[in-house]
Amino acid sequence: MWFLDLMAEFRDVFITVVQALPYIAAYIGIILLTLMIWRFIKRLLTPKKDYGSLKTVTFGDESAVASNYAASAISILLIFVMWGAFTGSRLVPSFLHAPGPFVGTTSFTYTAEADGQAPDEATVTVRVFEVGQEGDAPEVEPGDGWAKNDSDSIGAWRSGLIRVDKNDDYGRKEGHRVTAVNGQAIAPGQSVETENGRVGMSPKGTLNFEPAKGWQMEPIWLPAPEAVWSRFMEIASEGYRGSTLLEHLSYSLFRVFAGFILGALIGIPLGYAMGLSDWFRGWFDPIVEFMRPVPPLALIPLVIIWAGIGEEGKVILLFLAALWIMAIAARAGVSGVAISKVHAAYSLGASKTQIMRHVIVPNSLPEIFTGARVAMGVCWGTVVAAELVAAEKGAGMMIMVASKFQLTDIVIMGIILIGIIGFGIDILMRLAERALVPWKGKI
Amino acid sequence: MSGLSIENLSMRFDLPNGSAVQALKDVSLDLAEGELMSVLGPSGCGKTTLLNIVAGFLAPTEGVIRMNGHAVHGPDAERGMVFQKGALFEWMSVRDNVSFGPRMAGKREADYGEEVDHLLEIVGLQDFKEKAIYELSGGMQQRVALARCLANHPDVILMDEPLGALDALTREKMQSLVLKLWKETGKTIILITHSVEEALLLGERLLVMAPRPGRIHREYRLPFADLGVGQDLREVKKHPDFAVKREEILGMIWDMEEEIMGRSEEAS
Ligand SMILES: Nc1ncnc2c1ncn2[C@@H]1O[C@H](COP(=O)(O)OP(=O)(O)O)[C@@H](O)[C@H]1O
Ligand SMILES: [Mg+2]
Repeated sequence: MWFLDLMAEFRDVFITVVQALPYIAAYIGIILLTLMIWRFIKRLLTPKKDYGSLKTVTFGDESAVASNYAASAISILLIFVMWGAFTGSRLVPSFLHAPGPFVGTTSFTYTAEADGQAPDEATVTVRVFEVGQEGDAPEVEPGDGWAKNDSDSIGAWRSGLIRVDKNDDYGRKEGHRVTAVNGQAIAPGQSVETENGRVGMSPKGTLNFEPAKGWQMEPIWLPAPEAVWSRFMEIASEGYRGSTLLEHLSYSLFRVFAGFILGALIGIPLGYAMGLSDWFRGWFDPIVEFMRPVPPLALIPLVIIWAGIGEEGKVILLFLAALWIMAIAARAGVSGVAISKVHAAYSLGASKTQIMRHVIVPNSLPEIFTGARVAMGVCWGTVVAAELVAAEKGAGMMIMVASKFQLTDIVIMGIILIGIIGFGIDILMRLAERALVPWKGKI
Repeated sequence: MSGLSIENLSMRFDLPNGSAVQALKDVSLDLAEGELMSVLGPSGCGKTTLLNIVAGFLAPTEGVIRMNGHAVHGPDAERGMVFQKGALFEWMSVRDNVSFGPRMAGKREADYGEEVDHLLEIVGLQDFKEKAIYELSGGMQQRVALARCLANHPDVILMDEPLGALDALTREKMQSLVLKLWKETGKTIILITHSVEEALLLGERLLVMAPRPGRIHREYRLPFADLGVGQDLREVKKHPDFAVKREEILGMIWDMEEEIMGRSEEAS
């Protein structure tokens, strides 16, 4: 029944969360530890009594807690250190590295039996090579007895079947079977831990060697920071999928700006009309209030059906994403004007149009800027999502295609760039806000 | 006839739930040109409503306002308004706020510039001309509001608790300023306050209103405003009559407040 399935999903999620708890606790521990170290260093540097600590309780006063830049710096540094440590990065000193996968030559012995033969032992020598390199199996002496020594080569993080019977005097036809590895009994489905890995046995009795993986992430899961950086340099100069990086990002940004500007051009006058006329308000309220909670992502399929996957469809989508936000912001800006300001303007002799121009419009600017910041954020998120679904160029398309080829370094590079650009957009909007509506939040 | 006359003014607010509030009932009043009148009364007695009707922001249910002989319909530059707070335009500099009226009337900098600068000097803001509104203290903001109103040359200035949001010291200074401006400009002024002392200091005439329905309870003619011009207001307060009047009016207002409390207790 679907309901039980759903419950099972919940249980799995719950178990995952519980398993994550120790790691979360450890992370919080690191935060508190660095805090204590920071305080200690600060106290050493400023022997005087710090009266700041006598500050009264400041709950609920947002301005009372400013961001500690040292904490920000350590936090970012820690992310990169952990990233480097778990990918064996060259940027991180090797004593910080998490144990890596086994690389080198290792061996184990197996005991084989065959019909009418005494059990015999032979050695398997395996060369484990680093990812990206190729290695030949080492040369080994066949050794004595009817079971001969074997050799093979396997890439780190991989595993390989080893047909030890192939070179033995008696093969499977003669009833060759392996009964023990390193002296420990083994049967199909079982496995034996060896010094540098694990030997398993397939249902048909073939040995399978998995070299020890260690704690580091495989590059196809998580590439090292320098790998992402070099991929960034490569794509910045050579491009990806026929377009340079700049071209991909410019396409995404162009779509956002075009959609946002169209949305603002229509949305702001619409919001003003709704704020000033009850007829317009009544007319558009149901439309706006219904469309606003519809996530723009949900419109992607319809927009693709109607307008295809070209620029037009994307701009329409982003226009719709920005439109309602801007309309509601402008409406709030107009309705939010203090009646005393309008009254004051009237008794100073201003006409209706003058009040519109000199009071209502400027008074609504802070709200409109807040809306614009939200709209830009939503548009940026929406364009990336739309490009993930269907596009020929763009940041989202780049990471989506890369993911299909398991080019994780491009995916991570793309995510970082998308984040940086989104952050940059918000910073620019804030700067514009500070320059154009300096009175915002100060009344 | 010049001046302001309020004739048989009544105001009823119909509430959405079907009931109605009689905010004003049959209020009549004449104000000669250049008179300074303060209005006092417990909160909810219709002071703001009265002022809003005079300003033209509200249409009365009955009665009429006459200004210099003609009936008032809607707001006009002849009746200036100073609000308690929040009525300045934050997006304009101090100077642009003050010159708002002349600019809206289509005048040029050459016409109003000198006078605006002069007004800013009178209210002591000559060094803050280009500052933004939010950079000023509350007292300075009210001085901007006064200057903005004066720059537009209204015949009557209506003030709704203009000093209500200021601290005691600033308030005292502003009271002197209001008296000074009144004497220098000769404007007709109606000033609403909830401070009995302020009403005594800033009223040639003092109107005490009573609530439910809002109506004129008593009117006084007082010498203190004239005494206060160019004098330390603390000296005026030492006048023997001042304390007597203050006690009398305070008692009157307390009685009204008690009555309101009693009535609302009955109701509940
Ligand atoms: N717009 C309005 N709608 C309904 N009732 C109002 C409105 N304005 C004022 N009132 C009522 O009228 C009465 C007088 O209000 P107001 O003039 O603000 O008093 P005051 O300024 O003396 O405190 C109050 O009971 C108030 O609730
Ligand atoms: Mg009031």
